[in-house]
Amino acid sequence: MTPPAETDGRSIAYGAAFAEGLAQMMDADPNVFVAGEDVGRAGGVFGSFRGLNERFGDMRVVDTPISEQAIVGLGTGAAVSGLRPVVDLMFMDFMLVAMDQIVNQAAKLKYMFGGKATLPMTITTSAGAGLSAAAQHSQSLEAMLCHIPGLKVVMPSNPYDAKGLLISCIRDDNPTVFVKHKRLLGLKGEVPEDPYEVPLGAASTVRSGDDVTVVTYGRMVHEATSAADAMAAEGIECDVIDLRTLQPLDMDTVVQSAQRTSRVAVVHEAVRFGGLGGEIASGIAEEAFDYLDAPIERIGAPFSPVPFSPVLEKEWVPNAELIGERIRALAAA
Amino acid sequence: MDPSPETLLDLHRRMVRIRHFEEAAGRLAEQNRLPGFLHLYVGEEAVAAGVCANLDDDDQISSTHRGHGHLVAKGGDYSGMMAELMGKATGYCGGKGGSMHICDLDLGMLGANGIVGGGVPIAVGAGFANKYRGTDRVSVVFFGDGASNIGAFHEAANMAAALSLPVLFVCENNEYGEFTPRDRTMAITDVVDRAAGYGMPGAIVDGMDVVAVWEAAHEAVSRARRGEGPSFIEAKTYRFYNHHGVQTLGMKYRSDDELEQWKQRDPIELFEDRLASAGVLGADGAQAVHAAAEADIEAAIAFAEESPLPDPDSLLVDVYTPAVYSGAAS
Repeated sequence: MTPPAETDGRSIAYGAAFAEGLAQMMDADPNVFVAGEDVGRAGGVFGSFRGLNERFGDMRVVDTPISEQAIVGLGTGAAVSGLRPVVDLMFMDFMLVAMDQIVNQAAKLKYMFGGKATLPMTITTSAGAGLSAAAQHSQSLEAMLCHIPGLKVVMPSNPYDAKGLLISCIRDDNPTVFVKHKRLLGLKGEVPEDPYEVPLGAASTVRSGDDVTVVTYGRMVHEATSAADAMAAEGIECDVIDLRTLQPLDMDTVVQSAQRTSRVAVVHEAVRFGGLGGEIASGIAEEAFDYLDAPIERIGAPFSPVPFSPVLEKEWVPNAELIGERIRALAAA
Repeated sequence: MDPSPETLLDLHRRMVRIRHFEEAAGRLAEQNRLPGFLHLYVGEEAVAAGVCANLDDDDQISSTHRGHGHLVAKGGDYSGMMAELMGKATGYCGGKGGSMHICDLDLGMLGANGIVGGGVPIAVGAGFANKYRGTDRVSVVFFGDGASNIGAFHEAANMAAALSLPVLFVCENNEYGEFTPRDRTMAITDVVDRAAGYGMPGAIVDGMDVVAVWEAAHEAVSRARRGEGPSFIEAKTYRFYNHHGVQTLGMKYRSDDELEQWKQRDPIELFEDRLASAGVLGADGAQAVHAAAEADIEAAIAFAEESPLPDPDSLLVDVYTPAVYSGAAS
């Protein structure tokens, strides 16, 4: 299932692309089912599962209790029994309730069992600030998932990748975590109608330039691209790399760009300390230290919970202006 | 329903095989011949045997940190088990899991589990798969009194009931969560009281009486196979050895008197008296079952000791499944 050479010009929203990919996988494979809070009759709190329950019925689109551990356990037990579950944890913050089932069970069963178990389970969730949803409904916790051997993690930035990465996650025979960004759900873009895969572990270069490499993912791809556009007007040309998959990480693409530009900024919405930026920066330092002309810049949220009040939240989330300032300084270093 | 004479002999054999495996493992641990932790099932054999005698290979169970007995009762292979306990390449998990993660998916044994309560939601997921496929297969969750205090148990019990899944919850109430007595950690005497809160039928059985366990499990499993949803059995039982290992290492968390009283009700001895009285199996016959298990365990130990250690190059193998879609063609 390779990506089509061209889209047919049809433009749909990120959330709709997700739903379309899921429905197509359910059509293609009777072992695919979805379970989670409000995914059935209600169609999902963000409408991401709308219409699926009517179409596929209660057994394949399962309304569950508000029980995150049991939801992930349902998926794990069903997956080792040969089904291909998609389990939804609504908000990424709620994933913390289920961490034993994700980290101690799903991620490790195959290895602990000497390879005998296969766990084709996709966990879907929604991350990110920007809705004044405050500290327990806005986090970006991807770094802690990427730290766990056995999991794969994706965070699509656009509708095309949302559909293609979801299909790749569902078709993958490992536990995968598919992280939507809540602020991107309404973003429209060209999406082919036929099913296709965006391969896991492959970054995409969304803008090319020789002066500065900007490594980013998720919603920050858009802020970084805006910043890169502004910098171009000042004569600074940026490579903007959308990682798309965070585990496994496509460091080859990152390192090749760093070797060419000699200046790198890593941008994510997650809190900077302990974020993926540190891992990416140290990977670049290991592979391309001699090529660098300046210290690697890390841009992430400040070290605080996500605040509620819109003015504070705006201050918390990295934006194009901040990224632009750092790129400008990096180019001059 | 009364068990047939064949079932009675089967129950006896399962219990004896558990006992001999565990006694051997205990001896090896005392001799420092097993790495890691060891949680022995001695004393609780009637529970695993009585439940698993109602199951087929394609019915699933999830187990606990005290999981060897469940795997033996499900038909597990001594050699693969002993090799796993020794961390050998020929072990059930290739030496990557050990005692706390021993499993046999071909027998529907979804793994011992190092996290108290961790296996409960997984067995519920297996039960969901059975219902999804429209089969009459059932899954059984073995868990302890201690696990009934953790959130995963409550979430999974409620979900199994809400979705009417073919799942049997079997609480092995051995009166201690590690070293702390049950009456210090819950305000109820009978764990089965919790079943009513989820709308599932529950029963208390004497966990030292394998026939009582078999009968209760037979009814609950039949109910699940008929599509009537989950049920709960609390088996009152006791572990004859320490929480881990054999010796209590000077820990005085339970009295010698209490231990002795429970040992007077050794489930295998009780059952052998009963089999003899009923004329099903005499002392010589019982001895032959013990001797066969003993010979098998000696062979398994020899196999395990002669087996190779894992190749260090296998360290990173099986962290992931190679990315090949194993599902339906699309």
